Amino acid sequence: MRLSFRKPEKFSVYWAEVMREMVSVGIGSLGIIAIISVFIGAVATIQTAFQLVSDFIPKTIVGGITRDSTILEFSPTISALVLAGRVGSSMASQIGTMRVTEQIDALEIMGVNAPGYLISPKIIAGVTMIPLLVIVSVILGLTGGYIACAASNDVSTADYVTGLTDGFNPVIVTVCAVKSIFFGFIITSICSYQGFYTNGGSLEVGQSATRGVVFSCIMILFVDLVISRVLL
Amino acid sequence: MIEIKDIYKTFGDNEVLKGISAVFKPGKNNLIIGGSGSGKTTLLKCIVGLHDPTKGDVLFDGENFTDMDFEQRVPIRTQIGMLFQNSALFDSMTVEENIMFPLNLFTNQSKAEKLDRANFCLKRVNLTGKNKLYPAELSGGMKKRVGIARAISMQPKYLFVDEPNSGLDPRTSILIDELINELTEEYQITTVIVTHDMNSVMGIGEHIIFLHQGKKWWEGSNKEIAHTDNQELNDFVFASKFMQAAKAKL
Repeated sequence: MRLSFRKPEKFSVYWAEVMREMVSVGIGSLGIIAIISVFIGAVATIQTAFQLVSDFIPKTIVGGITRDSTILEFSPTISALVLAGRVGSSMASQIGTMRVTEQIDALEIMGVNAPGYLISPKIIAGVTMIPLLVIVSVILGLTGGYIACAASNDVSTADYVTGLTDGFNPVIVTVCAVKSIFFGFIITSICSYQGFYTNGGSLEVGQSATRGVVFSCIMILFVDLVISRVLL
Repeated sequence: MIEIKDIYKTFGDNEVLKGISAVFKPGKNNLIIGGSGSGKTTLLKCIVGLHDPTKGDVLFDGENFTDMDFEQRVPIRTQIGMLFQNSALFDSMTVEENIMFPLNLFTNQSKAEKLDRANFCLKRVNLTGKNKLYPAELSGGMKKRVGIARAISMQPKYLFVDEPNSGLDPRTSILIDELINELTEEYQITTVIVTHDMNSVMGIGEHIIFLHQGKKWWEGSNKEIAHTDNQELNDFVFASKFMQAAKAKL
């Protein structure tokens, strides 16, 4: 980790690499994040409405619960778990393949700080783009809830929108942002580390990618618990 | 000039290199030969700093490379070119980008100057016009030549070559050997080649070190190799019937 953040040999080359990684992580993951967010938002709304069938409970509460659960948990955590699979495995296998095909040795012999060149752009891309993806996920998740209301008639769209705005506590946005930054760091650092220290051949590259995803998922869930406990 | 002094390398309980010393002079093809598991590649990795020797020193023009930290090694490393066994080209970059990569990092040349240098290096290895191809689109021999072009892009003082002929047909192998030989003479590079290809040994082996069981077993030139009475070296060099027939004609 210390080597990853050593002063770059040339800032412009590293900056180009950061941009490339940002496009890969951000734009490359937009599709899958959009799909899962809309469905999760819709399902959360339908299930909340199903469980709160009572004349004593205002229908607007469905919007409030969907909003809080989407911002606090569904968007940051489920997006992070999906991104660990999509982005993390790709990073681990890319770096692992470079290791077993001696491309990392080639970098080191040239005098390039290989961990810095390969890992730091990925970490920077992770901690910047994953929070942005989570923002997109929140918006699309809440939109998914709206679509579910419009399609099912369990809750009117007006009640849903009123619920989204009622009793809004801004701290949940802070928690969401903190979680997504931590998750971005966890996914990129763990998977890059696993890839960088791959030994062997193609079989071991696959094992490194699997280990990276599994360790990332466990750490995401653990850090999710810690942040929720500390900030809420 | 590169000097290695009493190099030992141990992995766990396995002592791979046992006190190897040698001097590699500029403008010469210095070959490290030996059977599989004799320690050739480990020695090469110790020289270029990919492995730290357990004991011993590596000196580049008198400067002790082994004692240096990462930052101190950078000025020497920018004078090193290396051709890997599998070429180790960067998959995500085109041929041109591969060659320009060290120039981007370690020089302040303009884009036009870097492009000129890349084109010169490609011309030197007879790959003019292949700039925009990716490594996956190249044959094994072309990859080796791009690897050489990348290795010479920074005008290195030292060139290291690991198994240049592996996976190549005999004709392409000879072309690669000739290219390395020409570059070594033309730019007075200190070239160290790890090989077990006998065509290379007999063709360009001006200075040969034979490793056996982790020790330097023999040292000499390709002219001397046919007349040595070293049993292990004879068993290695003249293992094939072709080489035995060649020796009989000498």
